[in-house]
Amino acid sequence: MTETEILVIGGGPAGLRAAAAAGELGAQVLVIEEMDWLGGQLVKQTHKFFGSKEQYASRRGIDIARILAGELENHDRVTVWTGAPVLGIYEDGMVTAQKDNRHVKIKPQRIIVATGAAEKVLPFPNNDLPGVYGAGAVQTLMNLHGVLPGRRVLMVGAGNIGLIVSYQLLQAGVEVAAVIEGAAHIGGYLVHAAKIRRAGVPILTRHTIKEAQGREVVEGAVIQQLDENWQPVPGTEQQLEVDVICLAVGLTPLADLLWQAGCEMRFIPELGGHVPYRNRLLETTRPGIYVAGDVAGVEEASAAMVEGRLAGLAAARSLGYGGPEAEAYLEDALRQLHALRSGPAGEKIRRGLEKLETMEGVPC
Amino acid sequence: MLERTGVPVKEQLDRVQPPPGHEGPMAVIECFQEIPCNPCSEACTRGAIASFTDINNPPVLIREKCNGCGNCMFRCPGLAIFVIDESYSDTETLVKIPYEYLPLPEEGTPVTALDREGKPVGLARVIKVQQGKAMDRTAIIWLAVPKGLGMTVRSIQVGR
Amino acid sequence: MRISEHPIVQFNKGTKVKFTFDGRELEGYEGEPIAAALHAAGVRILGHSPRYHRPRGFYCAIGNCSSCLMVVDGEPNVRVCVEKLRAGMKVETQQGKGVIR
Repeated sequence: MTETEILVIGGGPAGLRAAAAAGELGAQVLVIEEMDWLGGQLVKQTHKFFGSKEQYASRRGIDIARILAGELENHDRVTVWTGAPVLGIYEDGMVTAQKDNRHVKIKPQRIIVATGAAEKVLPFPNNDLPGVYGAGAVQTLMNLHGVLPGRRVLMVGAGNIGLIVSYQLLQAGVEVAAVIEGAAHIGGYLVHAAKIRRAGVPILTRHTIKEAQGREVVEGAVIQQLDENWQPVPGTEQQLEVDVICLAVGLTPLADLLWQAGCEMRFIPELGGHVPYRNRLLETTRPGIYVAGDVAGVEEASAAMVEGRLAGLAAARSLGYGGPEAEAYLEDALRQLHALRSGPAGEKIRRGLEKLETMEGVPC
Repeated sequence: MLERTGVPVKEQLDRVQPPPGHEGPMAVIECFQEIPCNPCSEACTRGAIASFTDINNPPVLIREKCNGCGNCMFRCPGLAIFVIDESYSDTETLVKIPYEYLPLPEEGTPVTALDREGKPVGLARVIKVQQGKAMDRTAIIWLAVPKGLGMTVRSIQVGR
Repeated sequence: MRISEHPIVQFNKGTKVKFTFDGRELEGYEGEPIAAALHAAGVRILGHSPRYHRPRGFYCAIGNCSSCLMVVDGEPNVRVCVEKLRAGMKVETQQGKGVIR
């Protein structure tokens, strides 16, 4: 059995920042990551990030992953396990994981769950054909492994992920037939949209996919216009010759461990689905279990990093680490989060968090 | 409209283009949405992009201070900053665009100039392909375009 | 299809290795996910669904969705989107729910 003061589950932007912050205050930390690498989804983000210097703005996600992993090397109190999926959080506070093909037990005093999010799917005929891929999956294949997903892609969803992955497809030499978006407006940053527009990619708002075509694999797609009530407009069908249909229709928190741990959950669509109720320092209703990043509500990586820092500081402080400076660090993290969320781009998140705070939404 | 098409409209562009008769290069910041982002301001050593009081504010160019150096271009994660010089020559305007595709164009060769919708609008001559460590894999392509296309050309097609 | 040159990323692939897919010999890079090697070799159908026998490819590519289960060296239900390729691996499409031998 391994004992640790703080266990961080997930080595993405939130988890790495949590570990660094807790280590900085003097706590002993174990980071446990399912994959063989640290950085989570940052390792396939080839574009430069938004935000401010505090969240490494202007640096590429792939490099931020290296910077965050590097920060942990300076902390001799922080241990990292990669290739080790966590299997469960139990009533007595024990955590089990798989490491080197063995079942191991971990006894932490505090847990920070930073497990991220998974891609959603969209229902339409033939959506299970090979060639219908998650946008993140296409990024992984292309930017991490150097394999092209296909020759010509239909991107479904004009949020940031849909726009960014379209741009990255173009950079890899793949044609993007169109980006379609059910809403009346482009959901992602308009500068991302402008980049792919000037490369000649059409963005069709109020459009949806009617069906994927093909017997064994994707050979085409039929798209269709939607009216103001999101109903298909007959006669507006267009057939596109594509071999990949990329779904960028949102993410949902990977909250399985929180459910298992008995944390109180709420269904908040604005935050991507079921999210844990927690206080402002990100502690859930199960004392000693904190959350950070997309598992707490789907947002940008910049916010995930700040939440990670906040949870790391809060967990370490609850164990008695950190002097008066810890209080200032906490306030600074809260200020950064507020700034990132305060504009129109953060409107949905604010609405979701407000629902959560007021305990609106369906209790589970 | 920008929110529907991803292409800024004339009224937006009119606000950010260099004043008529301006001599020398100047940044054109095509960032019209309130998003939490501020590296452009920190990139400018001349203080030509006003400091952000709120990180969500769109950038404001202080025109008198801008010399069109382009340091903000490769720091902008949105690749939304261009530099244009209407006084480049009697027949041509200089347009600098950020570029992250391969192959890079060759200096001295003509390329197809594209507008904000990716439509060909004429030929551009590649004056310079600027790269450097600080630019972190964002190249800046200096293009000489026919007079009158300075606020139109925003990309290029190389080969094919 | 593999990316030969990329404006941002340099791919440092490892050693080229041989493996078999339903008896057919293919090549991939050691340590990359089996699904990446298969996709690069043009294989998109990784199996068929247990009940309706619908073709299955990968979907999430990070081990979350279970769309890419295959039989690897006799072991069924291997998530090939995260399982690393090794020389000589025997990769087979899985029919049904898989049988543990």
